Amino acid sequence: MRRGLWAAPSKRMRRRRFLPLLPALTLLAMLGPVAAGLWWTLLPAFGHLPAAGLTGPSIDPFNALFDWQGLPRAAFLSLSTGLIATAVSLLIVTLVTAGWSGTKPFRVLERLLSPLLSVPHAAAAFGLAFLIAPSGWLSRMVSPGLTGWERPPDLLIVQDTWGLTMAAGLVAKEVPFLLLITLAALGQTDARQSVNVAQALGYGRLTGWLKTVFPRVYAQIRPPVYVVLAYSMSVVDVAVILGPNTPPPLSVQIVKWMSDPDLAMRLVAAAGALLQLGLVIGALVLWRAGESLVAFLGERWICAGRRGRWDGVVAGTALFGGAAAALAVLLGLLVLAIWSFAGFWGYPDALPNGFTMRNWMRHGDGALEALGETAFIALVAATAAVLLTIGCLEAEYRYGLRLRARTVWLLYLPLLVPQIAFLPGLQTLLLGVGAEIGRIPVIVAHLVFVLPYVFLSLADPYRAWDGRMGTIASALGAGPERVLWHVRLPMLLRPILTAFAVGLAVSVGQYLPTLLIGGGRVATLTTEAVALASGGDRQAIGVYALMQTGAALIPFALALLVPALVWRNRRGLRYG
Amino acid sequence: MDSGLTLRNVTISKGDQCLLQVDHHISAGHVLTVMGPSGVGKSTLLSFITGTLAPDFRAQGRVLLDGEDITDLPSHTRGVGILFQDDLLFPHLSVGANLAFGLAQGGGRQERLAKVAEALKEIGLEGFADRDPATLSGGQKARVALMRMLLSEPRALLLDEPFSRLDMALRAQIRTMVFDRARARSLPVLMVTHDEEDARAAGGSVITLGAE
Repeated sequence: MRRGLWAAPSKRMRRRRFLPLLPALTLLAMLGPVAAGLWWTLLPAFGHLPAAGLTGPSIDPFNALFDWQGLPRAAFLSLSTGLIATAVSLLIVTLVTAGWSGTKPFRVLERLLSPLLSVPHAAAAFGLAFLIAPSGWLSRMVSPGLTGWERPPDLLIVQDTWGLTMAAGLVAKEVPFLLLITLAALGQTDARQSVNVAQALGYGRLTGWLKTVFPRVYAQIRPPVYVVLAYSMSVVDVAVILGPNTPPPLSVQIVKWMSDPDLAMRLVAAAGALLQLGLVIGALVLWRAGESLVAFLGERWICAGRRGRWDGVVAGTALFGGAAAALAVLLGLLVLAIWSFAGFWGYPDALPNGFTMRNWMRHGDGALEALGETAFIALVAATAAVLLTIGCLEAEYRYGLRLRARTVWLLYLPLLVPQIAFLPGLQTLLLGVGAEIGRIPVIVAHLVFVLPYVFLSLADPYRAWDGRMGTIASALGAGPERVLWHVRLPMLLRPILTAFAVGLAVSVGQYLPTLLIGGGRVATLTTEAVALASGGDRQAIGVYALMQTGAALIPFALALLVPALVWRNRRGLRYG
Repeated sequence: MDSGLTLRNVTISKGDQCLLQVDHHISAGHVLTVMGPSGVGKSTLLSFITGTLAPDFRAQGRVLLDGEDITDLPSHTRGVGILFQDDLLFPHLSVGANLAFGLAQGGGRQERLAKVAEALKEIGLEGFADRDPATLSGGQKARVALMRMLLSEPRALLLDEPFSRLDMALRAQIRTMVFDRARARSLPVLMVTHDEEDARAAGGSVITLGAE
């Protein structure tokens, strides 16, 4: 009789057969568009574009690409900004963690992490530009008092030819990301013990950390470091806002070719995209070689037994760098907010003449419309990503599938292949098959980038869930579905909502997929804001960038608030 | 036929290494104690019986409950209750909802609520239905966990070092309570422990693992 009560209904049977398919489906959603996009980038790069009446193979596109005079400079900019931004970010994060983890200043940085992380790249880039431009806030605050400037000095700071400001903007955004990853890796090493032992042997805190903990931590954060490198080399929105113009970095030039009305220019764009992919691969190889060099030198350094005489100075400098990166983003947001409410604000006044709602009234309708589009795309993409991720993790749990270290790289693959390398191909493919370019393809493209981040955010808490809870529940007669929906998911409400917020923030910040796959017809806050970059209407930029930041930031606040409210009477879940 | 829990030629191994071998029948109302230092795989025996053995272990042999072979049944249909050293009350559910989760299916809402209230009264926690389990004392949590398990009407009971987290005074009290209830319901009990005192209190046969 009892058996009758527990017999599995047919619905449950169906789901059980569906669940094992989810990991494959997830991989397809993540890697399918990348593979297809790369293929349809490869074809036109070798002169094959039936839509334009061209059939290959030919190497004319590459000839045209190499005929472009700006190419050496554009390629160099991609390499230099990428390598500088990655190296500086990693250096700051490593030294700050080495010198300060467990101290008060470090906890302040930790607390700023989530908000800093969720600020979209474009908004952070605008904020930095408004801060450090010759007519920016910093210059206004010391002028004319300290500098005597009555007019903005004639300096090329933003969009400088060397791409240094662009690299700085990337550093400000990548430092929080790498710090978060490092903290997660630290949780899996007994760092404190190692440092204590090293300190007992007379090593300074920073030197002791570098010599004992860093090798273990770096082994774990290596994939995200590569992601930062690939991203920094090929980013478009930050480059449009902060990068040089004549010539721009390669990725920006590719987008220009893609939007040329002459279809033949797509061939050049495809060739450029392949070159960009080659550059990223080359830089990754170079970085890998650098790792070996650092490991070799590090071993000698450890062997030499130096105790770290300069620890104090190095730690201080690193903390200054970390604080500067955080402040650049926070002050940038502040100055964006001021501009969005500014009436007339002439140079060199430190503040506008007056504050007004006029900018918001003027741009509010357009911004709200873009917000609706942004929210719709983000909600669908993030929901799909969370469901697929839970399905994968649950399949892993139920069928005892183990993700091996090598499979973890699959998660990083869509983040390692530069967007600019495969999105043009994806667009060509969609146009070729006559698919309606618009919202749904844009959501599919967003999912490629949203999925890995959602998965990485949710996987650890999901796996850390005490499996004995599941044993207890099934010993009480609860089937796998009941355990999932009534025990596991409610207990994991907070990490699930956090992962959802991560997914929303990633989607909100996407520029290139929206621009290329949306064919210019899908206007989100990000595409609208970046489009304003060349116009120089600071009030309008302030409104859009602030809305963009809010769209990414508010979900994070809700992800903290909702579980706190739902579980306000459940002490066992308050910190869970 | 033979009521009780039978472990027939059960062998559990990991890789090439054999962890344990058990061949034993536990009759209804009796206790079998499995002893041994931590790490010899005592708990894997319990996961084999509940059907939650991790995939890196390999098991042979059969598990029979009241004569019925349950070795290949899904966990939730085996009718085997288990208690761990931690209470493992579901932190998102109230005390009453925890009990209702365990309570065997059937009956209307009012009827089920009444059963839960009655069960709370039985363990001296009348009126605790709406409480957050995290606010209970260690002894109270242990009693709720026991009652939750009993309400699911299991046909056998497994104990995984169930008393080791409780302090001395409480340990004896909860231990007596668990064994009394099991006996009253004629449940076969398999207990895994490294505490001699537990084994003595159980009063049944004892198997020692990893002795060689």
